[in-house]
Amino acid sequence: MGRFELICPAGTPAALRAAVDAGADSVYAGFRDDTNARNFPGLNFSRREMEQGIAYAHARHRQVFIAINTFAVAGNLAPWHRAIDDAAALGADAVIVADYAVLAYAARRYPDLRLHLSVQASASNPEAITMLREQFGIRRVVLPRVLDVSDVGRLCHEVDVETEVFVFGGMCPMAEGRCALSSYVTGHSPNRQGVCSPASHVRYETRDDGLVTRLGGFTINRFPRDEQAGYPTLCKGRFVVLEREQYLFEEPTSLNALALLPQLAEAGVTALKIEGRQRGRAYIEAVVRQHRDALDAFDRGETWSSPELDGLAEGGRETTGAYERRWR
Amino acid sequence: MTAAELSLGPVLFNWAPEVWRDFYFAIADEVAVDWVHLGEVVCSKRAPLLDKVWEPVVERLGAAGKRIVFDTPHLVVSPAERQALRALSARQDRMIEANDGGALALLGGRPHMIGPMVNCYNEGAMAWFAERGAVAICLPGELDSAAIATMAQAGRGLGVAVEVHAFGRVPLAISSRCNHARAHGLHKDGCQFVCGRDGDGLAVQTLDRQDFLAINGTQTLSHAVVCLLAELRDLVAAGVSRFRLSPQTIDMKAVVTLYRDVLDGRRDGVAARADLGRLVAGLPLANGFIHGREGLALVTA
Repeated sequence: MGRFELICPAGTPAALRAAVDAGADSVYAGFRDDTNARNFPGLNFSRREMEQGIAYAHARHRQVFIAINTFAVAGNLAPWHRAIDDAAALGADAVIVADYAVLAYAARRYPDLRLHLSVQASASNPEAITMLREQFGIRRVVLPRVLDVSDVGRLCHEVDVETEVFVFGGMCPMAEGRCALSSYVTGHSPNRQGVCSPASHVRYETRDDGLVTRLGGFTINRFPRDEQAGYPTLCKGRFVVLEREQYLFEEPTSLNALALLPQLAEAGVTALKIEGRQRGRAYIEAVVRQHRDALDAFDRGETWSSPELDGLAEGGRETTGAYERRWR
Repeated sequence: MTAAELSLGPVLFNWAPEVWRDFYFAIADEVAVDWVHLGEVVCSKRAPLLDKVWEPVVERLGAAGKRIVFDTPHLVVSPAERQALRALSARQDRMIEANDGGALALLGGRPHMIGPMVNCYNEGAMAWFAERGAVAICLPGELDSAAIATMAQAGRGLGVAVEVHAFGRVPLAISSRCNHARAHGLHKDGCQFVCGRDGDGLAVQTLDRQDFLAINGTQTLSHAVVCLLAELRDLVAAGVSRFRLSPQTIDMKAVVTLYRDVLDGRRDGVAARADLGRLVAGLPLANGFIHGREGLALVTA
């Protein structure tokens, strides 16, 4: 089995350089508009910054993938087409795409541009993936976080494209690219605007019993005064069901699947991906370096560990998520 | 305005087999819908429960002249789920609605429909679906009227009927995790089919006891009930030719009558909406998505 490729997030040029310096094989980033699924204020790359980022990575024999993974607006496909045009012109090593319209455009105009299927495309079985290889020539699929490791293994053996899986960072408990929860409450969705639970709709309220976090007028969680409040991502909130307050969909945890490296290697996974384009440079530097060290140790047949990641996980807690059947 | 058709979406909830059967018998005998969607789209564990009532329902609906559409599951992962999808898709004599990428792959090259869980957000995607044989597309629930109008127009050129979700709790998410079982402290593998207790979904409230969402097995839906009665005529004028009504435990015959009456010009949409509000007793109505707002909003002006 070959060594894993380590795919790291960058929301800013500084984060891109940090990821490259810390040992990323490839960095993924998006343009500063709603063509990518991390369309947050102050994040992402101008065309000029992307050009410089690609130059920085290529000078060090690393790659840059450009995420163009929202769904194009009806009647206004031009920004998505332009993003593909510019990615090709800037020499991106791949584009990460979810919308069939954008895939079709890229495949027709730039047959040599490497196409990766975004996790937002939610291709969860070999039938879907093979169709997209035949139709658009996709070379890699980022697998949706609805598969357990045995599903991943079966799938890898049945498809003629590379597979990439998330191993660290925030984790959607819902099938990605098919979730309108944020949209229902705020009018802004990952698929259309590239945002989930946007900060513009978040309010923090101090009440007698502590700090309440709200999204679009709904209470998402409540924290005692002495506890740090988490960000009110809708699916990580606490709700009342059957008279009981509970984290219904998912606890505020981070995915950490490094313990599953042997299984993922056995499955035939090509690339391991870290979530977090919204994260700062220091976080990226630390997380990427930890993963680089762990993967290098794994390659040498040594034991690997990631104890220092504990302080970096969301809410301080970690999960192997959907990779283990008990999660369901 | 008589060109527009009504379709009855698949029952999303885990209704007891005899309840499911009797519901469709009543639809066959008494209710004026043009299309009836059948299929367990949410959870593959539930599908076998309907085995013994499936054929009588198909026969009764067929005998009543309803056009039947067989819907594929929203999420297809396991070998058993893939096998079931292949078996369903192999029926060349049936009209099938694709609800995931695997179904798209298996149905390519023959006439089929595209369900709301397949992402068709623009005319480019629609053209690709049409090229592969799509004859009707039910658009994703979160689209606004401008996007719908653009695609309805594109659909006319491509020979694709454009449909929108016009009544019922709207599906918002699907997971491999069963939140319904989880709410009861159970795992999906040992779920005891607790979802069968909640015919319209299990209520999810905020910590402030504000109504929020509904859980249906692995699916999450809106708490509010989508109502597009007041928007129907504008949508027809924009080129939408089919409206999907999603079954709930209320009087669906009365719901269908309201929609038919507004489409046929016998009732005013706003007045009909007030009637629907009484029918859904206690649940709020919503039309926010179509007005470009948060989905739960009810825009009345």
